[in-house]
Amino acid sequence: MHDGDHHHDNSISEMDAKVRALETILVEKGLVDPAAVDVVIETYSDKVGPQNGAKVVAKAWADPEFRARLEADASEAIESLGFEGRQGEHMIAVFNTPQQHNMVVCTLCSCYPWPVLGLPPVWYKSPPYRSRVVYEPRKVLGEFGVELPADTKIRVWDSTAELRYLVIPMRPAGSEGLSEAELATLVTRDSMIGTGLATPVTGGAS
Amino acid sequence: MDGPQDLGGKSNFGPIAPEADEPIFHADWEGKVLGLTLAVGGLGYWNIDEGRHLRESLSPIEYYSKTYYEIWYEGLTAGLKKHGELSDDELSAGKALTPGVRQDRKVTAEAMPGMLAAGGPSVRQTTQDARFEVGQTVRTLQAHPPGHTRLPGYARNKVGVIVGARGMHVFPDTRAHGEGDQPQWLYTVAFEGEALWGKDAEPGLSCTIDAWESYLEAV
Repeated sequence: MHDGDHHHDNSISEMDAKVRALETILVEKGLVDPAAVDVVIETYSDKVGPQNGAKVVAKAWADPEFRARLEADASEAIESLGFEGRQGEHMIAVFNTPQQHNMVVCTLCSCYPWPVLGLPPVWYKSPPYRSRVVYEPRKVLGEFGVELPADTKIRVWDSTAELRYLVIPMRPAGSEGLSEAELATLVTRDSMIGTGLATPVTGGAS
Repeated sequence: MDGPQDLGGKSNFGPIAPEADEPIFHADWEGKVLGLTLAVGGLGYWNIDEGRHLRESLSPIEYYSKTYYEIWYEGLTAGLKKHGELSDDELSAGKALTPGVRQDRKVTAEAMPGMLAAGGPSVRQTTQDARFEVGQTVRTLQAHPPGHTRLPGYARNKVGVIVGARGMHVFPDTRAHGEGDQPQWLYTVAFEGEALWGKDAEPGLSCTIDAWESYLEAV
């Protein structure tokens, strides 16, 4: 393993040893197929990630009919693009406007819309974000380098049930001439959590 | 349970510290803990609510000193021990000492993609009329439940407005404890910042939670 920051080059970590032992035990007991474990790892490493959500957002920007479907029944609209399954069973899309910016959190654990965003980053699952964003989202946004106009309201959606929220960021100015595929490149993971904005168009789009 | 997981509104956990180009897993064992947790989930001993309750039942000292996937490891081993599929002797020995009970329910590599694609919807058939409607003002319960709950501490005994009625969903407070789905209407409730945090609230802030009907009373 190449792990530049790590100082135990020649020994495995305690957790590595514990998890290897647990997997060995469960495989020996006939309860776990190690290849099934690998399928999970491969699925969320390679196949499912924020590139899925970016396609949803780009289509919502480009296609008013799709945007209306997202508003009416986000699960149906997102499934129609082939994104569905675990931790995305009940999707809600929330749309940023000049009047209201939306942010998503799970203060109680780590709920996150896996089929469209993949697995959450460490900061999303950790106490600093989970504790603070519900009372000082504007300050939190500042730490992500985002400054909103003072009169933009902020709504924080705490995922306390099995509903999973996807933020639809505002479409950047100057993106009128772009194709759906080009639009998708402007959609960052954080813009779909609400801790970021879509990437501005530089140098003119036409 | 007012456990360590209930973080909304707490202070002094330090900076958020996003990591540039963060890897999906920071070590191979993290991916294995995720994969093992989902594979063992397929054995059918526990549901997502009991799984969450296993993790949040760690002592606060343990919960706050462990990383995310270390917490998952603790929840997984605790659940397997609780349901008789793992012993401390086996963990010490690093090998199986008895055969697994539910070997017939092992999730194969071929079955796993279907399991991930199917997920586990929490919505159930609507069998009752909703007690509240969108636009209605409600108050959340004052509560100190001994078991699992999804009503966060910061949103208890607070007045808000229903902004969504989401159908009937499995009730985690019972399902986490083997007491069945007992589905209830689920609502999204919005609170003004000042209702939650008083005069110190950031101007223009509102927060929502998703709340089961029994968490709410009419105002």
